[in-house]
Amino acid sequence: MKANYGYTDGSGDFFITIDTDKCDGCGDCVTACPGGVFETGEDPHDPFREELVAVVTEEQRKKIKYTCAPCKPDHDRPDLPCVAACKPDAISHSW
Amino acid sequence: MSEKTVSETKEFWRWKEYRWHDESMDWKSAAIISAGVDIGSVSSQAVILLDGKLYAFSNQRTGFDSPESANNAITWAMENTGMSLDDIHYTVGTGYGRVNVPFADKAITEIACHARGGNMMYGNTVRTILDMGGQDCKAIRCDERGKVEAFLMNDKCAAGTGRGMEVFADLLSIPIEEVGDISLTVEEEPDPVSSTCVVFAKSEASALLREGWPKNKVLAAYCSAMAHRVVTLLERIDVVKDFAITGGIAKNRGIVSRIEGELKLKSLKTDYDSQIAGALGAALFGQALEKKRRK
Repeated sequence: MKANYGYTDGSGDFFITIDTDKCDGCGDCVTACPGGVFETGEDPHDPFREELVAVVTEEQRKKIKYTCAPCKPDHDRPDLPCVAACKPDAISHSW
Repeated sequence: MSEKTVSETKEFWRWKEYRWHDESMDWKSAAIISAGVDIGSVSSQAVILLDGKLYAFSNQRTGFDSPESANNAITWAMENTGMSLDDIHYTVGTGYGRVNVPFADKAITEIACHARGGNMMYGNTVRTILDMGGQDCKAIRCDERGKVEAFLMNDKCAAGTGRGMEVFADLLSIPIEEVGDISLTVEEEPDPVSSTCVVFAKSEASALLREGWPKNKVLAAYCSAMAHRVVTLLERIDVVKDFAITGGIAKNRGIVSRIEGELKLKSLKTDYDSQIAGALGAALFGQALEKKRRK
C-alpha cells in the first residue's frame, strides 16, 4: 500500500509516502528523523496485517511542511535522513 | 432602541436524516450480526449486517458529543426491529470519532472501511474510490477484495468537501440537495472561481453576485473549481477504472458530472446510499473479525 500522509493547501502539496509493501517496521526512520515525524505500530489502514509498519504521527500529519523544512535547504540539499536511513527504500517525499 | 424580530432562520445546508431496515429479513435467524458505526465530522451512520447482508442503517448529523452520536446512530438503526445492542456480536467504529464509540469492539480507519464498503456497494471491479466527506476528502485505490493499495487524505482544508458546498448553499439560499442540479442549468460553463479556499471562494462569489451573475452561474463556477481541486488529489494516487464516488457529495450531480468530465471517466452507480460506505465497510470488517474470533 502506498500510504500518503500530509496535505494540500494553498501553498502546495506536502506528502510523505510510505510504501507499506516494502516497509518492514524496523524503525530506522524513527531514530533518523530529527523532527519526530515517524513512529511504528500496527497498520491503521490494514486491520489484517500483523507486522509493524512505519506511519507519520497524527501530530505531524498537518505540519510536515514546517517540520521537514530544516532537512530541505534551498541548495546543496543532502539526502533526507529518513530516506537515507530506510534500507528497503520505502519512504519518499512529494516536495 | 428597537429590535427587529428575527424571522425564522432557514438552514439551507440542513439535509434530511433518515433510517431504513429490511422488513423481509429476520435478525433472529442470523448466525453473525455485525454493526459498523461511522462517526464523521458532519454525519454519523450506523449499519447492521446479518451474515454480511445489509439489514438496517441510519444516517444523521453528528452532534458535539461523539459517544452520544454513536449511541443515537445505532439506536435509530435498530428502531422497530426489536434488536438491542446486546444482540450485536461485533461492532466496529470508524470515522473521526472512531475512538469514541463506547460499545465498539474495535476501531478501524475510515480509509480501510471506505475501500471495503465501496467494494460491496459498487462491486469488485471498483479500483479508485473518491470519498467526499463533510470536512475531508479521501482518494483511495483498492484491489478486487477491497484492500487498500494507495490512499491520500486531505483534511487540512475544506475545499473539496461537503462543508464548502454547505457554505455556498447558505450564501445563495438554495437547499443543499438542489445545488448540484441548479449548477447544471447554466447554458455555458463559466470559468471556475480562482480561489480553492472556501472562505476566499465565498468572497469571490459575493463579488460575482454583485456584478450581476445569476445564482446558477456562481454555483457552476464553484462546482468546477471544487471538481478540479479533487481531481488533482486523485491524480496523485493514479486513477484506475472503475471509478466511484462515496460520501454525501456523491449525491451532488453538479460535482459528480464535472469530476467525470475532467477525468474523462464515468463513475459507477449503486443502489446503496453513498453516505453509508464507511459504516458498511466497518460492519463488513466486524463480520470478518467475528468469524475469526469464533474459529
